[in-house]
Amino acid sequence: MRSSSLNLVIYILRRLAISIPVLLVGTFLCFIMVAGTGDPLAEMKSNPAMSKEAIAQMASQLGLDQSIVPRYFTWLGNFVTGEWGVSIAQGNAQAPVFPKVMAAFEVTLKLVVGAEILALVLGVLVGVVAAVKQYSIVDYIATTLAFLLFSMPIFCVAIVLKGYAIEFNGWVRDLGLSDVLGNPWIRTTSPESLNFDGPGGFLASYVGAYLLPTLSIMAISFAAYSRFQRASMLETLNADYVRTARAKGLANGRVIFRHAFRNALIPVTTLFSVNFGAVLSGAIITETVFNWNGMGKLLVEAVTKSDTQVMMGWLVLIAGSIIVANLIADLMYGILDPRIRVG
Amino acid sequence: MADLNSLIAAEDPKSADGKLPDEALPEPRSQGKLVLRKFLRHKLAMVCTGILLLLVLTVLIMPIFWPYSYEDSSFPSFAKPSGDYPLGTTQVGKEMVSQILRGTQYSLLIALIVSIVATTIGTVFGAMAGYLRGFTDSAISRVTDLFLIVPQIAAAAILAKVFGGGSWYIVAMVLAAFGWMPIARIARAESMSLSQREFVDAARASGAGTFHIVFKHLVPNMVGLITVNATLAIAQAVLIEAALSFIGLGVQLPDTSLGRVILENYSQLQNRPALFFGPFVVLVLISLTINFIGDGLRDAFDPRQRRMKA
Repeated sequence: MRSSSLNLVIYILRRLAISIPVLLVGTFLCFIMVAGTGDPLAEMKSNPAMSKEAIAQMASQLGLDQSIVPRYFTWLGNFVTGEWGVSIAQGNAQAPVFPKVMAAFEVTLKLVVGAEILALVLGVLVGVVAAVKQYSIVDYIATTLAFLLFSMPIFCVAIVLKGYAIEFNGWVRDLGLSDVLGNPWIRTTSPESLNFDGPGGFLASYVGAYLLPTLSIMAISFAAYSRFQRASMLETLNADYVRTARAKGLANGRVIFRHAFRNALIPVTTLFSVNFGAVLSGAIITETVFNWNGMGKLLVEAVTKSDTQVMMGWLVLIAGSIIVANLIADLMYGILDPRIRVG
Repeated sequence: MADLNSLIAAEDPKSADGKLPDEALPEPRSQGKLVLRKFLRHKLAMVCTGILLLLVLTVLIMPIFWPYSYEDSSFPSFAKPSGDYPLGTTQVGKEMVSQILRGTQYSLLIALIVSIVATTIGTVFGAMAGYLRGFTDSAISRVTDLFLIVPQIAAAAILAKVFGGGSWYIVAMVLAAFGWMPIARIARAESMSLSQREFVDAARASGAGTFHIVFKHLVPNMVGLITVNATLAIAQAVLIEAALSFIGLGVQLPDTSLGRVILENYSQLQNRPALFFGPFVVLVLISLTINFIGDGLRDAFDPRQRRMKA
């Protein structure tokens, strides 16, 4: 047992070590890309109150008077020592990037992880039922729903949910239920303005704030997971070893869960790993609709204002999290499929 | 082929008897004909093809006859849907139907280009990596990994800004630049398994070069897989482009797209639902029909699938 867990640690370390060159090249390309988005000092230069000297000083402070390669290495050196630079956009100039990006990432991650787990559980469940009862009414409903949700733009789901939640809150107010349910119960904006009393109120307002964005993200992920799970479950249900299990006289439930289901879970984990970037994209857009202060708002702000430092911090953090998500998926793969032993 | 069939037929006792000549002598069918036949029998996919064709024709032809121009913003602000303005007018006084028609034109155009470019890049890279293995394979796989560590929408947003952003073709190119990886992975796996087959050995033995084998033997054998994924990529591209434009980092005026039309009008969901639901329904209709067509194509190309379901 001990040696196998040691192997696991070695495997994880090796995988992370392999990702380092990918990340390095990736950050360099990102750096070139981000540097091309425009002059971060453009706004400053257009300001007549700024003297030429002050602009030149700012430029040398940011290393803009150097060429791109030394600038990248300066940035990298600072970055690995935790100096992620300062925001250079007007309005919030000099705000350090690291806490800014981290706070936004925390908001997004909380939202994404909860929504993805729910979507995965629900998707797998519906997919299995649809496969076991193939061509039944349940299967047709699940299939239609999945196709419909899959073809929905996520921001439209969010907009519709938000719109009807506002109506719903209006009804709650009109019916005089505000005292019972809290007013307005379902939040359509960011959760930062939560005001709760006691543990019950905390739970209610937490659920109220997360409900709509979670549903939006779940909608699309659920569609993908349930379709995928149905397909892989059908494949295993028709496999020879499942027929053997049935022929042995095993109970139907045991065949489905112990023999077919376990193996049918494997492809979904790969989908999860490939999908993680797309899921983050979905979260970015959902947050924009609900006006959360997450990665979405940060990206839009940084790109609009050519805030290179924030963009770099944003990209590296997201890239790192995608690499970690892939690693987790690979580990899950190893746990689910005994033929693929890590190490 | 016909000669071969007549030879077989001559030796076939049944047709010699003159019985069942049609069944004993099936017309030689190419893969294309078989696929087309199966696809035409796929009811749902056919209905969706019809709807999509109708939509495309409408979007191409209707602007010619439509009395209002998309550029004209001299209409009353927020006119209610009526006989004059079927979906009403926007805040700045633009007529909604003309906006949707123009937005759909751009959305479809962008999605089509994204799909074609991404599929081409993905297929070439994937097929090469899967056939050549070794160094080429690792190099291409690493590049694929590299592109996958940044979400498509973020990369496209930043790149669009780099290229002076906002024009529809720039949005299309940057989305394609970060959209080819899934197809490359699929093509690589398929190319790897096809490379093990005898016809590739035969081609190599007869002196065919790498390019000839990849593009004359491997890629044509992947045509089903590629077609299906290219179709689904159109639906994905429609959605991702809409999302990018919706957060304000995609297509900019004077160009437009369904995402932009929604961005300009979604705040009116409660008071003037037609302004939101108009472009929304068109967007869902496009991606839904394309997804179903892709599904139908997948069934049609699948040689294992004999039974056709609705």
